[in-house]
Amino acid sequence: MTISGPAGAPTLQPQLRRTALRGLAGMDRLATVGAVLLAVIVLAALLAPLIAPYPDDGGSATHPLEALLPPSGAHWFGTDQVGRDVLSRVLYGARTSLLIAVAVLVIAGVVGVVLGVVAGYAGGWVRDVIMRVTDVFLAFPALLLSLALAVVLQPSVTTVIVAISVTWWPWYARLTASVAASVSTRGFVDSARCLGVPAPVIVFRHVLPNSLTPVLVQLSLDGGGVILTAAALSYLGLGAHEPTSEWGLMVQQGQSLFTTDWWVVTCPGVAILITAFAFNVLGEGLRARLAR
Amino acid sequence: MLRYLTRRLGQAVLVVAGVVILTFVIMRLVPGDPAVAYAGPRASPAELAAARARFGLDDSLPVQLWNYVRDLLGGDWGVSLHTRQPVRDDLFQAFPASLELVGAALVVAIVVGIPLGVAAARYKGKFPDLSIRVSSMLAVSVPVFWLALALQTLFASGLGWFPVAGEYDANLDNTSPLHVYTNITAVDALFTGNWPILGSTLAHLVLPALVIAAYPSGVIAQMTRAALIEESSRDHARLERALGFGETSVLTRFALRPALNPVLSLIALVFAYSIVNGFLVEAVFNWPGLGRYAADSIRSLDTPSIAGVTLLVAILYVVANLAVDLVQGVIDPRVRSR
Amino acid sequence: MIRIRNLAVRIGDRVIASVPELDVAAGECVAIVGESGSGKTTTLLATLGLVEGAAVSGEVRVGDVDVLTAAPADLLRIRGSRAALVMQSPQAALNPTMRLGTLMRRALARHGVKGGEARRRAEEAVAAVLLDPLILRRYPHQVSGGQAQRFAIALALALGAEVILADEPTSALDVTVQAEVVAVLRRLRDERGLAVLFVSHDLALVSTIADRVVVMKEGAVVESGHADAVFSRPSDAYTRELIAAVPRLPGHAGERQGEEET
Repeated sequence: MTISGPAGAPTLQPQLRRTALRGLAGMDRLATVGAVLLAVIVLAALLAPLIAPYPDDGGSATHPLEALLPPSGAHWFGTDQVGRDVLSRVLYGARTSLLIAVAVLVIAGVVGVVLGVVAGYAGGWVRDVIMRVTDVFLAFPALLLSLALAVVLQPSVTTVIVAISVTWWPWYARLTASVAASVSTRGFVDSARCLGVPAPVIVFRHVLPNSLTPVLVQLSLDGGGVILTAAALSYLGLGAHEPTSEWGLMVQQGQSLFTTDWWVVTCPGVAILITAFAFNVLGEGLRARLAR
Repeated sequence: MLRYLTRRLGQAVLVVAGVVILTFVIMRLVPGDPAVAYAGPRASPAELAAARARFGLDDSLPVQLWNYVRDLLGGDWGVSLHTRQPVRDDLFQAFPASLELVGAALVVAIVVGIPLGVAAARYKGKFPDLSIRVSSMLAVSVPVFWLALALQTLFASGLGWFPVAGEYDANLDNTSPLHVYTNITAVDALFTGNWPILGSTLAHLVLPALVIAAYPSGVIAQMTRAALIEESSRDHARLERALGFGETSVLTRFALRPALNPVLSLIALVFAYSIVNGFLVEAVFNWPGLGRYAADSIRSLDTPSIAGVTLLVAILYVVANLAVDLVQGVIDPRVRSR
Repeated sequence: MIRIRNLAVRIGDRVIASVPELDVAAGECVAIVGESGSGKTTTLLATLGLVEGAAVSGEVRVGDVDVLTAAPADLLRIRGSRAALVMQSPQAALNPTMRLGTLMRRALARHGVKGGEARRRAEEAVAAVLLDPLILRRYPHQVSGGQAQRFAIALALALGAEVILADEPTSALDVTVQAEVVAVLRRLRDERGLAVLFVSHDLALVSTIADRVVVMKEGAVVESGHADAVFSRPSDAYTRELIAAVPRLPGHAGERQGEEET
């Protein structure tokens, strides 16, 4: 369930979150399906240059004479308006989507966790300031803020990564802060403080490692939301551009052809759906298991 | 309750202040000169200078921020670079259409999502539960812009069951012109008894509203299910069973109301999210709302308009959250005395 | 009123409660004592067929209905109207979003009592547990633990239950409030001939009200008999341990206190 990350519905207050968790225990069979799907997608992305039937079609190649061929033995997913193999582009598109997802989760995760741990450990006004800032960022629906940012930056994959990261970190900061605050009250932190261990060491050696689990689970849950947001930005022309293979972009370029050449739009669309589904199902299963 | 209210209100004001500053900062990052964008590439230096002066671009940043805040408070949201109208007027025109669309979608989502959540909780672990969980997971994973294109192609262009795009049949403006009061077409048509336009609007609403409803129905179903299962494992549910109520009664007549509490806060969060999600859908169905306005603004790098849309939606989101906290007080008496 | 024979509750291969024989007659109060995890609460819930996620076998009769073989509709019918449950944590046992009167009205309607008759019964039952009728307009968070517990007993009375099944009915309450609730239970047993089966780990409390005692440990009954006999001449080592752990026994904790009302 994507009651979760930013693109998914906004993160819920901890108590709601726990409610959501308990109901989802027993998601395991579905989670396994998600894990298998995701493994296949990751493999496909890694091996795209090897398994794509027409590796060059992942890029700028054109074959005007073979434009818009329907699915066949030679082109399982048909060809696009300039004759490129849609299957190859979908495979290469997996690389773009996963790259964006991983980059965003790493950047937003690191920024959020560091700020969150500092806020949770320091408490007082430091925590107040950091939390008020996250409040402001969280007041924007993620897609909206990403959209505004993507407009002012130049359209590119990097822009997408930056724009989404900026909207995603506050969730992790907030989550980490609440966990770190409770970790900081535990005995071993007190003893470290009494022994005169410097604060940065306490924060990063003791508090941080003990505050990570919930954030890691949340990160795994948010992959789907990131992919959907990234696809939306590219669909709006604010993200990846030609000749990069990107699913959202492929949908945008093919949209006028939907009635006549359905495969050009349907294949990348379904690819987004399946990938987001795999992330969501897997993340939910993980969360349910860890909650028990 | 009053203290709780004041504190919540204070928080909200603080957040809105932060939202204004952040929007300002983002808009300052825009490459290119807004004066050039406004006056046009062939403008004379004098025209450019006039434009610069008009937008206060010569002042220092803090002064610009101060002016920006002062103007906002005074109701001046700037002038759109592409429509050449006050942004506030543009938003005033476009927002009701978005509200109409998202409102319809949320009604669908609630009507579909809550019963599905109840059914899943009732048959937890059995086939209905599994299929509802899978379909709600699919609903939250589907890219809206693609779903919009697919439904439009299938049911409008293909089968011709619904109109392809627009808010209502423009020809009706000649035969039965609409008196505009709220700018929400369906509402105006309903209250002025303009049945042709009402019918046409509703027909145009179906597809885009269904597309936008996909995500909220999914999360609402999941949340309802989770909250109901949680609630029906509590002590009070055991007492209700011990009083002779069956499982379905325990869920619908007793557990549902406390369970609606988290579902409600979810709906507020999902509301703002759906407005933005609706941007993509409006673009596909050419719905004259904020989304189309935002898309046009993006295309022409129209910063005042983009800032206006961003601010409006963010403020809406803060207000929606505030509203939920108040409504929760009504649903759950414990909140009231907190 | 209650007749249990060879009751066994299993989760997988593990027996979590096993009771060879247990009867509760009208006007009698039987206590099941033991530590947490001894299977006492499970036994109590099995009496209403409310055990979840476990296999229940044997014979459990409430009046003339065999709970384990009864049709679902019959089972729902006896719950509340023949045997009613009073739970441990009084406020958590009441739906937080519902006025007490609403719960009472719905419960009565569930068992076919509506309108003026329902109102009369509700008021009579509330008075019988010495509560102000205004309590029916309150929400659970607006009443004290003792009031909530007495209201739960009133629910049983209004529905005409002949058996009250109480799960640690006083453990979440202050000592003085405990005494009130016990006093109410005892009086109802004496005046109305209610059968009371209750579960507790508090031997001091048990000694003030129980006619007979069943001691359970790790899912099995280790000793049972008349309260006086069990307390004065415990035959099982575990029972002796339990009794030794209580400072003042046999004492009388049940003096009537002034009824607190807020």
